[in-house]
Amino acid sequence: MDSLPPYAIFLIGALFIPAIGGRLRRVALLLIPLLSGANVINLEQGDDWQLLFLDYELIPVRVDELSLLFGYLFHLAALIAVIFSLHVRDTTQHVAGLVYAGSALGAVFAGDFITLFIFWELMAVSSAFLILSRRTDRATAAGLRYLLIQVLSGVMLLAGAVMRVQETGTLAFEFIGIGSSGGLLIFLAFGIKCAFPLAHNWLTDAYPEATPTGAVFLSAFTTKVAVYALARGFPGTEALIYIGAVMTCFPIFYAVIENDLRRVLAYSMINQIGFMVCGIGIGTALAVNGAVAHAFNDVLFKGLLMMSMGAVLHMTGRINGSELGGLYKSMPMTAGLCIVGAASISAFPLFSGFVSKSMIMVAVLQEGHPGVWLALLFASAGVFHHAGIKIPFFAFFAHDAGLRTSEPPNNMLLAMWIAGALCVFIGIYPWMLYELLPFEVVYTPYDATHVIAQLQLLFFSALAFTWLKLTNLYPPELRSVNLDAEWIYRKVLPDAVRGISRASVPLASALSDGVRGQMLVLGQTMYRHFGPQSTLVRTWLSARMVLWVAGLLGFYLFFYYS
Amino acid sequence: MNQPPQHFFDKPENTTKVLWIFHVLCVGLLVIDVFYHRHTMHAWEDLWGFYAFYGFVACVMLVLVAKQLRKLVMVGERYYSDG
Repeated sequence: MDSLPPYAIFLIGALFIPAIGGRLRRVALLLIPLLSGANVINLEQGDDWQLLFLDYELIPVRVDELSLLFGYLFHLAALIAVIFSLHVRDTTQHVAGLVYAGSALGAVFAGDFITLFIFWELMAVSSAFLILSRRTDRATAAGLRYLLIQVLSGVMLLAGAVMRVQETGTLAFEFIGIGSSGGLLIFLAFGIKCAFPLAHNWLTDAYPEATPTGAVFLSAFTTKVAVYALARGFPGTEALIYIGAVMTCFPIFYAVIENDLRRVLAYSMINQIGFMVCGIGIGTALAVNGAVAHAFNDVLFKGLLMMSMGAVLHMTGRINGSELGGLYKSMPMTAGLCIVGAASISAFPLFSGFVSKSMIMVAVLQEGHPGVWLALLFASAGVFHHAGIKIPFFAFFAHDAGLRTSEPPNNMLLAMWIAGALCVFIGIYPWMLYELLPFEVVYTPYDATHVIAQLQLLFFSALAFTWLKLTNLYPPELRSVNLDAEWIYRKVLPDAVRGISRASVPLASALSDGVRGQMLVLGQTMYRHFGPQSTLVRTWLSARMVLWVAGLLGFYLFFYYS
Repeated sequence: MNQPPQHFFDKPENTTKVLWIFHVLCVGLLVIDVFYHRHTMHAWEDLWGFYAFYGFVACVMLVLVAKQLRKLVMVGERYYSDG
């Protein structure tokens, strides 16, 4: 093939960015996604790269409909995010953003598990810097928690891949299924990145702590790579239907009572991924098309919403609903663009969410899951409520908090304009997106039944909001923390560890008084067994060591699964 | 005199106007259900105003349940950082 690998220009570009500064750097930052985009447009299906590595065939680049669609999408997202962050004077963030975008591209074009694993981990590390770059104690702690969980996902992916090689003899990343233990481990690794329920808090914990511009990068790549990986490896897996339905419903309750508006968006991101996961679980052509198309649209409208909130944070230094309000007076353009994003995520007809989410809804009903359909319908009404209304309302309208600022820098506005224009364009003319989908589309979003049903759902959801607001039943925005599954690892476990170490202090002093003599004897015994002449330290054959390591691994795996 | 500029929602009558238009649209959407033939896939969809009522009830439920959820999960802002 004549082209470079799709990730190459981003990764090479990231190497040179620290060496240049000023206007030249901004030009280079813009050129990288554009050049890389030109490279990817030239790729043809079947332009794969293959190489042999220790008897295993690796496919570092696989080009087919699915990987190309995500390839185009990630270029769009990277270009928008780069424009949005052009004013930033922080080399770390620029480099991290480029490496992150490049590794996301590497992951979606990876045709084997080794390549996938490498980019999976590179994404984890590079994206963590977008959180750490906020340079506050909170952001540092959240960033490290984020990194830990992402790396855990990578380790599970690698372990699953190794087990899968044992089971199937190949490293190729094709349909996997949860029928084998290796497959199940990979499923869980994808699930962590996809923010499955109980494994979702890394997202709501870390994204709101990222820099205003970093959050835009973050919202585009990690979870969408996971959606891609599920669509590739587990389409038609029934468990995904129910996991997806739960993902659409539970976060919206948290979104209603959350004060930090970027955290509201993080919860609503889980809700949107839930629709995609559900579609992948259904697994029919219509459902998978819908899931993938919705991922495409979500990157654009969630990016737009994240950018509008990033602009608010950038200009006012505040992001809590309780401290904002009335900003439409000084940021009317940002408010308007935020409303475009809100209309798109709410799936208003003529906006992008409508043409993709309805595909999933129809597919769910076609395949005979009326209960799940009701759950998704509930979530659709709910997303309008918390993302469609709450975000613009509390930031830009509501009571005037007295903040007087101005529109954000021009590069931020331009990035929002591009995303907003794409949301409207795809909403009005969805066929260009439909043509990129992995299966042929025989679906018309715009018929009277769909449009009127959706308008009824949305208008009456809004009616509920105005009624609750006017009767003061709507809960006020409060400065608070809402406990979620993360409570286990952020409170219970650390407290338990602290408790144990505190309790062991008197124990240790009792030991040192009473048992000192016996310790001496113990020391001699230890020397006998572990000293230079002991059995354990003597040189053993490496074959026996391998046996021991295998035994330890088996022991670990046994307890892992029991 | 340097009057602060007046904005659209600074006048309460504008808010009332917007709400009026909105309520008329809601009624219109409910009435229209009688007048066109729908291609439905499930019996529930044939109920008059199904989507409208479902949307309204869903959102009221969502908010009321979320309010109760606050009693269960809401803690102080420094809950995690106080250690």
